[in-house]
Amino acid sequence: MATKERRPILLDFEKPLAELEKRIIQVHALAEENDVDVSAQIHQLEDRAAQLRQEIFSSLTPAQRLQVARHPRRPSTLDYVQAISDEWVELHGDRGTGTDDPALVGGIARLEGQPVMILGHQKGRDTKDNVLRNFGMASPGGYRKAMRLMNHANRFGMPIITLIDTPGAWAGLEAERLGQGEAIAYNLREMFRLDVPIICTVIGEGGSGGALGIGVGDRLMMFEHSVYTVASPEACAAILWKDASKSAEAAEALRITATDLLELSILDQILPEPIGGAHSAPLQTAQTLKQALLDNLYELNQMTNEQRRDHRYQKFRRIGKFVEVSA
Amino acid sequence: MSLFDWFANRQKSGPSAKSLHEREVPDGLWHKCESCGVLTYAKDLHLNQMVCPECQHHHRVNSDERITQLTDRQTWQPMDQHLRPVDSLDFQDRKSYGDRIRDTQAKTGLSDAVQTGLGQLNGLPVALGVMDFRFMGGSMGSVVGEKLTRLIERATRERVPVIIVCASVGARMQEGMLSLSQMAKIAAALERHQEARLLYMPVLSHPTTGGVTASFAMLGDIIIAEPNATIGFAGRRVVEQTLREKLPDDFQTSEYMLNHGFVDIIVPRTQLKKTLAQLICLHQPHIHTPRFVNLSSAPQSLVTASSD
Ligand SMILES: [Zn+2]
Repeated sequence: MATKERRPILLDFEKPLAELEKRIIQVHALAEENDVDVSAQIHQLEDRAAQLRQEIFSSLTPAQRLQVARHPRRPSTLDYVQAISDEWVELHGDRGTGTDDPALVGGIARLEGQPVMILGHQKGRDTKDNVLRNFGMASPGGYRKAMRLMNHANRFGMPIITLIDTPGAWAGLEAERLGQGEAIAYNLREMFRLDVPIICTVIGEGGSGGALGIGVGDRLMMFEHSVYTVASPEACAAILWKDASKSAEAAEALRITATDLLELSILDQILPEPIGGAHSAPLQTAQTLKQALLDNLYELNQMTNEQRRDHRYQKFRRIGKFVEVSA
Repeated sequence: MSLFDWFANRQKSGPSAKSLHEREVPDGLWHKCESCGVLTYAKDLHLNQMVCPECQHHHRVNSDERITQLTDRQTWQPMDQHLRPVDSLDFQDRKSYGDRIRDTQAKTGLSDAVQTGLGQLNGLPVALGVMDFRFMGGSMGSVVGEKLTRLIERATRERVPVIIVCASVGARMQEGMLSLSQMAKIAAALERHQEARLLYMPVLSHPTTGGVTASFAMLGDIIIAEPNATIGFAGRRVVEQTLREKLPDDFQTSEYMLNHGFVDIIVPRTQLKKTLAQLICLHQPHIHTPRFVNLSSAPQSLVTASSD
């Protein structure tokens, strides 16, 4: 989790806010030097700062949300695991590819007494860590490890919680050689076979097939500033606009925000973030996630295996917009 | 009018009606192979299923022609022809999606990028889906997803094998997350088809990439590929950007996929129908195969010989 001592990383649209905060500090210092009472002015400035922060974060454009979703300090899977679980044993091993993918982690956690399997993409916390984690872009071995752990969970009746945070599945030569397409495809089909509850949450970036590869569940939740997209706005701009600099337009057109996806009946629930984004109050954000997981688990635990599988099938069966013209 | 008559009429009024002097190499009469450059009489090329008789290059086949190649005469019953795409995101890049749909429909006569239906293949009933690259690169949006899902569901109900001929760049970006979700929707229908112990065979033709590869193209019980098709998940240029070295020459070809364990068999197009029929028969032991020999009633000497 980001600690208070670390200097904040500001996004470009946060600059006016930062300037205001700098002024508050300056006024404080001046008042102390000259021994005058300026608490009234400071109060006023602080109110303005709070209002400005609220305004900025309540009217983010899709491209700005994408920046928040990709914020280097945004909590990733292991941050949430640490904050919400009473116990945690990370498990490795896809039993075949010959590597362990650090970009997709998984293990058994205890959530308010109940053992659950948690799987998620893991981004790095700094540049060095990000290189190790491949920026959260999982390889075929990662998807196979996820499936192996999900099958394990299914055998022991543990609900599955997936946390999605990836720019996309890794597109390297090795990933192609090891069957990135097959690895994702296999998960898509097999996740429909599982009896246990599955709850998927987009905690940051939901990048295309790489996100969907652990994204088939009974519930799909997204944090307020998370995004979920068929292709990265940069790639989309390069292909459709033939101009990578049009990524803001693409981000708008692709309808990648939580509200968009709720309207399109793809998303079930939006999880609110603290003003300033998840990274500004990670522990509070983790509590929101924990409560939502517990609420949904309670509902899903009431259903039979058959009901859950059928519900999952119908949930995806309904997705799509088209017209049926009369013959 | 049956779809079959419609093909026949279309061919009559089609490109062959063009006058000779329009181009140096008129489309309708001669076809220049894009691989070896040899001119082939168009009628001969069609008779050879768009495979160059000179170099065996597999030219692209549109969905109408593919259906005639694979199904027995007058057995094709199309499904869900009344489904049309809509621009539900109000998507506009350099052109609006609505205009793109209308223009492509007018140009191709197709409603979207897949045709689905029931038919017979050498007398065997099959549920067949054929993607069409001409319609926005065979990209998969809601209509493609819905039609394939309905096809697979019907095949599960009627207990018939599913064959899907893939030709697609992947998910259709203009329908955003609706497109991506179709990957899971189709996979769900395939799970039920598989659970019913029914056979599904995708046929990967050039190109099969992106979201199609990461869903139904790679979920076959038996995965068939045409020779030298491009098959992969990420685009070649994207992969190249991650590397300092050059990609292998055969990267993301059918042969590469076969060599790495992701394709079961490469079948030349001229053998495709026969091979599909053979494979279907082999999965229905009561059809066209001699009675299974019960090992326990086999001569004792045979049993002991094998256990030595
Ligand atoms: Zn040729």
